[in-house]
Amino acid sequence: MISVKNLSVDLGDFRLAGATFDVHEGEYFIILGPTGAGKTVLLESIAGLFPIKNGSITVGGSDITYMLPEKRGIGFVYQDLSLFPHLSVMDNVTYGIRRRGKSKKIAEQSAGWVIDLLNISDLLQRRPDTLSGGEKQKVALARALVMEPRLLLLDEPLGALDPNTREQIQSELRNIHRKLNLTIIHVTHDFEEAVLLGNRIGVIGEGRLLQVGTPDEIFRQPNSEFVAHFSMARNIFSGEIQNGDTEHAFVTIEGTRLAVISDKRGKVKFSIRPEDILLSAHPIASSARNSFKGTITEVVSKGSTVLLTVNIPPSVVCLVTRHSFDEMNLHKGGEVYVTFKAAAVNVF
Amino acid sequence: MNIANRFNNPFTLFFIVLGLVLIIFILWPLLGTVFSADYGLLFEDAEIAREVRESILLTFYSGLVATIAGLVFGVPLAYVLARKDFHGKSLIEAIIDVPLVIPHSAAGIALLFAFGQERFLGQFFHILHIDFFGQIAGIVVAMMFVSIPFLVDSAKEGFKSVDPRLENVARTLGASPRQTFFTISLPLARRSVISGSILMWARGISEFGAVLFLVYHPRITPVLILDWFGLYGLPHTLALAGLLILISLFIFIVLRLLVQRGEYK
Repeated sequence: MISVKNLSVDLGDFRLAGATFDVHEGEYFIILGPTGAGKTVLLESIAGLFPIKNGSITVGGSDITYMLPEKRGIGFVYQDLSLFPHLSVMDNVTYGIRRRGKSKKIAEQSAGWVIDLLNISDLLQRRPDTLSGGEKQKVALARALVMEPRLLLLDEPLGALDPNTREQIQSELRNIHRKLNLTIIHVTHDFEEAVLLGNRIGVIGEGRLLQVGTPDEIFRQPNSEFVAHFSMARNIFSGEIQNGDTEHAFVTIEGTRLAVISDKRGKVKFSIRPEDILLSAHPIASSARNSFKGTITEVVSKGSTVLLTVNIPPSVVCLVTRHSFDEMNLHKGGEVYVTFKAAAVNVF
Repeated sequence: MNIANRFNNPFTLFFIVLGLVLIIFILWPLLGTVFSADYGLLFEDAEIAREVRESILLTFYSGLVATIAGLVFGVPLAYVLARKDFHGKSLIEAIIDVPLVIPHSAAGIALLFAFGQERFLGQFFHILHIDFFGQIAGIVVAMMFVSIPFLVDSAKEGFKSVDPRLENVARTLGASPRQTFFTISLPLARRSVISGSILMWARGISEFGAVLFLVYHPRITPVLILDWFGLYGLPHTLALAGLLILISLFIFIVLRLLVQRGEYK
């Protein structure tokens, strides 16, 4: 298990203060944050490539905070993949083994399983600059995996790939993770990628680690406005919860009373995901306790889905499929009923 | 875009004309010397032929030794300057470039003052059985002094162009800093290091002023050219100068071609 405690790094205009998190053996851990949040620096600190200001990193109980990077057994794949341009694919893949003093022949033999695993045997004699993005990605992964790292760090590994290759490498990553029972820390700014790949997600922003949880927790129960924004909750409001028991609390916003389930009282923030909101032409009788009539003020097509802004007030963003949108004859200026469960309101 | 199109801009054309003036300015005297020299004069007399041969070998050999010494001391410094930030870094960089702005005869006097027989450094190296005054070691020192900036500056730029992430990845793959330097950084900066070496060597063998004060004898070719000008007159000197130019150009071109091959993207 990897345990990062109170890790702080200082890089001039960027700082990360007091990040604490554990990554379990065999876990696919995602660090999610916007560009410029210092995700790369965080990974470099864990790998020993960037000096940390304070804090500690332990792996399997032993403190590696001040260990040299070459002794840590932590693999690293950068976003730009950083293949050695002067070496063939084979020499890239066997680079680490060769540094242990193994002969070229022995090294090539012991890299066989990785070459098979990633299916790159056709590329071995090529130079990195002749490879496609997806091929480079596989070679970079092979080069790190051949060392059998106890932890693999991936720095936005899919950022530079076209959408098709991206999906292909995503499933490749999932396969490898499962087959090798690897422990992975993967940083990305892409929420969907995080949800797709991660066992757990840590969200960093504003120079701190804001929330750690399963994809579902991050998705359903963001604990701050930043995380709510980042997980595309879209509807984020401030309001005040009056008295009432946990199951029957109400929050008032712009004169509208919403039923919520929360034991928090006083001024709160809350989020509602667009896809949790049901649209209908007529009021519907259901167990959902929030149902309001509103006016459609904005329509944004996303291709197969449509985002609608409905003013109750407040204005809420709702998501409908293109099919429903056409079927219900929705249009800007039209009136519609919005319905959502009390449980769909995430209070933080 | 065809060639006619590329030159259809009068402003660009103007620049090209100015550039051509410069090219002619460089080539005219060199080609004039090379083509008008009577090289037979160098081999008429056995004594003169021996003098020419020895001085040319001495010049090129001393330049080579100076360059090798430059590689040993200059490349590590270039790497540190390219990779590390520290207080006084710009001062170090300025010191390395100082030989470029010192008149070379003044540099010669300064070297004589430091490495002369009775001076501290001269005495110190005398214990190690290395003497400079009137010795090949003196030629090497003078050549190195005036030409080291070319190697250090070029190697530094070369190391700067190597992505530090490549070195980082090598470290995570188990390479020590030494292994990383010799398997990643140096091979990738190879081109700049070699072209810096060529420049250093070329600058070294063309040195005259700095060498003259420390080592008049044995005579390197540039010194011999001066001697001959007084002793035998223009025709002999022209032939010697022409020969030096030809050999230098030949080696320069061969090395340039070698460097241009095997370039990495």
